[in-house]
Amino acid sequence: MEKWYLMTAVVLLGLTVRWTVSLNSYSGAGKPPMFGDYEAQRHWQEITFNLPIKQWYFNSSDNNLQYWGLDYPPLTAYHSLLCAYVAQFINPDWIALHSSRGYESQAHKLFMRATVLIADLLIYIPAVVLHCCCLKEISTKKKIANALCILLYPGLILIDYGHFQYNSVSLGLALWGVLGVSCDWDLLGSLAFCLAVNYKQMELYHSLPFFGFLLGKCFKKGLKGKGFVLFVKLAGTVVASFTLCWLPFFTERAQALQVLRRLFPVDRGLFEDKVANIWCSVSVFLKIKDILPHHVQIIVSFCLTLLSLLPACVKLTLQPSPKAFRFTLVSCALSFFLFSFQVHEKSILLVSLPVCLVLSEIPFMSTWFLLVSTFSMLPLLLKDDLLMPSVVTTMAFFIACATSFSIFEKTSEEELRLKSFSVSVRKHLPRFTFLPRIIQHLFIISVITMVLLTLMTVTLDPPQKLPDLFSVLVSSVSCLNFLFFLVYFNIIIMWDSKDGRNQKKIH
Amino acid sequence: MAALSVMTGGGSWFLALALGVTLLKCLLIPTYHSTDFEVHRNWLAITHSLPISQWYYEATSEWTLDYPPFFAWFEYALSHVAKYFDQEMLNVHNLNYSSSRTLLFQRFSVIFTDALFVYAVHECCKCVDGKKACKELTEKPKFILSVLLLWNFGLLIVDHIHFQYNGFLFGLMLLSIARLFQKRHMEGAFLFAVLLHFKHIYLYVAPAYGIYLLRSYCFTANKPDGSIRWNTFSFVRLISLGLTVFLVSALSLGPFLALNQLPQVFSRLFPFKRGLCHAYWAPNFWALYNALDKVLSVIGPRGFLRCLILCALSSFMFGWHVHEKAILLAILPMSLLSVGKAGDASIFLILTTTGHYSLFPLLFTAPELPIKILLMLLFTIYSISSLKTLFRKEKPLFNWMETFYLLGLGPLEVFCEFVFPFTSWKLKYPFIPLLLTSVYCAVGITYAWFKLYVSVFTDPPVGKTKKQ
Repeated sequence: MEKWYLMTAVVLLGLTVRWTVSLNSYSGAGKPPMFGDYEAQRHWQEITFNLPIKQWYFNSSDNNLQYWGLDYPPLTAYHSLLCAYVAQFINPDWIALHSSRGYESQAHKLFMRATVLIADLLIYIPAVVLHCCCLKEISTKKKIANALCILLYPGLILIDYGHFQYNSVSLGLALWGVLGVSCDWDLLGSLAFCLAVNYKQMELYHSLPFFGFLLGKCFKKGLKGKGFVLFVKLAGTVVASFTLCWLPFFTERAQALQVLRRLFPVDRGLFEDKVANIWCSVSVFLKIKDILPHHVQIIVSFCLTLLSLLPACVKLTLQPSPKAFRFTLVSCALSFFLFSFQVHEKSILLVSLPVCLVLSEIPFMSTWFLLVSTFSMLPLLLKDDLLMPSVVTTMAFFIACATSFSIFEKTSEEELRLKSFSVSVRKHLPRFTFLPRIIQHLFIISVITMVLLTLMTVTLDPPQKLPDLFSVLVSSVSCLNFLFFLVYFNIIIMWDSKDGRNQKKIH
Repeated sequence: MAALSVMTGGGSWFLALALGVTLLKCLLIPTYHSTDFEVHRNWLAITHSLPISQWYYEATSEWTLDYPPFFAWFEYALSHVAKYFDQEMLNVHNLNYSSSRTLLFQRFSVIFTDALFVYAVHECCKCVDGKKACKELTEKPKFILSVLLLWNFGLLIVDHIHFQYNGFLFGLMLLSIARLFQKRHMEGAFLFAVLLHFKHIYLYVAPAYGIYLLRSYCFTANKPDGSIRWNTFSFVRLISLGLTVFLVSALSLGPFLALNQLPQVFSRLFPFKRGLCHAYWAPNFWALYNALDKVLSVIGPRGFLRCLILCALSSFMFGWHVHEKAILLAILPMSLLSVGKAGDASIFLILTTTGHYSLFPLLFTAPELPIKILLMLLFTIYSISSLKTLFRKEKPLFNWMETFYLLGLGPLEVFCEFVFPFTSWKLKYPFIPLLLTSVYCAVGITYAWFKLYVSVFTDPPVGKTKKQ
């Protein structure tokens, strides 16, 4: 592409921001006996390197599952093993069985941070660049600006390079899946997505839209002919990729079951800690966990999740298109986040990724959502001592989006994709013209609330009777925002029609 | 919402660039810092806790005050803010005190004072020729110049990692240059005089200022062919210039003159024997005089800029006790020339890339390695590509030799930082990477100096009527 040098500059800038954030503290730094996610990842390198595969997911004297037992699918374990081989080459003390527990040093931190950067550079960043280059009907400058904004998204940077995780691997693989499927490379796309699911089981949040979109494609091609062939090929790809990843665990039935038990801990309850979803917010007023019995909780959660995502997924199956696919990814993942079982605050990243993909289409709402998603993780980031990088990266992201997309000028009905919806409503309520203004006001209120809450959480101490006051406020406010976005994205999906696109061309 | 949309509208790219780099500087807060950090903490302590009469005598710490009085006053002003961050850093006996609040304060003070640099860049952009007006923002000379200055790699790593206060000092210098371009000579002279009393290293470029002001300000008109019209000499202007310099110096050195401490101050500022000081000045000044006059008679403020850069480069190359960081003195003003002509762009790129690479040994810690490589790549790729795009209609910027030389920096870095530490030579000859870096960069810098010197003489004479 022309102006390749600007794209290179953007990628280099993204990498620089990532590495400078990584200079800060990580989850559980200097906090024995349990430490945090950083120690979990180091521990998994220790386990996968020193123990045979059969023992990875089982409790034993060498592998105490209570101390950061493996709870991600096999691909994470293989990745940890790969890192462990490198660690062994540099300094075996880092992964020595038992004696390396709680190991912390400057050199080790460099190594761990480097593994995140390399994984990011190999998987996530190329996918983002490719996505931006493939955007249609957009100038080169806007493509590059789009890449800049996506690469500066604070949530992913802070969690991966601050808190310490490898979300860029699973999200990157999912993104490759989206790209493949959108460009009609269905088999490669579904392979990539299967790998993503086998890296982190939370990627299942994205599975229904993938299924719906691919099924829709099969229907379109005709169930008796090419469609059927495609369906069979896809099914084969999925089965093959799962088999490949799970091969060592298929030798015994107990193995596979144990892994599944570790991946889906249904015993752990509706939610843990403070998370910006419905259950946690409602439990402020109504202690659901105490009222409803356990199995009822699961059923209620399952039903609500399904109900909220079904309309969009059905529409996607009936009218598959890459654009509808991306929007459905957003709404589906958001439904799962809000209503599902055992959701962690970091799972909002699964919603943020598809929102990044629609940044070029609805810049104002996407920027707003991405800011709220970062804010919703504030208590976690503060616990990890990441206030400065959080504030700085959020401001940088906001400035990048504001200048690249002129978001404050793009708040008309047309640009918010609410034209069809407003037209329908106006058939019954002729005076319904104030929607953009309401949304603008809501945005301002939302931002002011987020800033105020951040200031309060940082400067004030919570009252003694309510020690979790600020975390609860943060998650409740975020939850309200997310509910609004759920409604908004569903409206866009359901009212989006080919007519809408034609109208735009006429104007 | 309307107000916000105005703010983020068309002309806001400069603000976005400035804010963006400021945020990057905030992210660099937890990086490694050198002993210069302790130097400035010590000066905060000295100026805050001790009376003026003790400032240039205090020697509890090895880092004694060796900058001119204005910088001491600057530290004094900062210390009054510092006391709200951490009172302990202002204790002269707290050697190597670096609590997290001290670090935060010091880093923020550098970031904050860079505001002057941002303003100066803004003024310099006004002086840049907008004739090559293209609709595309990223191809406008103003945009490229802003990026080259605001996001300058050398300034970022020297000020915001290594730790120094070059930002606002270069801001003063660029502002004085901009004022000279805008024909506001008195302001330019005043700003430069002030700058000299902040950091005397800028004496290196004083000859350029002196000759230019004498030539273009004191002689109020020229003959049609560009040479001096002797009868237009204005004593008034000469006196007013002299008075300005005198008043600034009086303000700076006056208190110390009253305390009879001038010799002590000078011995701190120029820590060589008197003879050495004179010895290395003389060849610089006299050797350049002819060049300066010839250039200034023809090309005006642009010629002045060339001479300033030549002065800076020559003193970098031939001076004593020159620090690598002094290369910035040549690189930053050269950025202004680089967006004007293809030939200047070529010299600028060689000088900058080599000069920036020569700063690598300043950051030798492992966590900072990716930062310096990424930022260096960012700046180098952007500067070369954007200038190539700007001058794409003229002949290529580099010949094969120059391209080879610049590309050679890559393998050199790989060897020095990744291969050498694992070889057996590391123990016997640990100085080899430094030696290789210095020699390789010296070649490039000398080449750039030579090309600049030659370009000064071989450029076709242009009439003084060219509107700058």
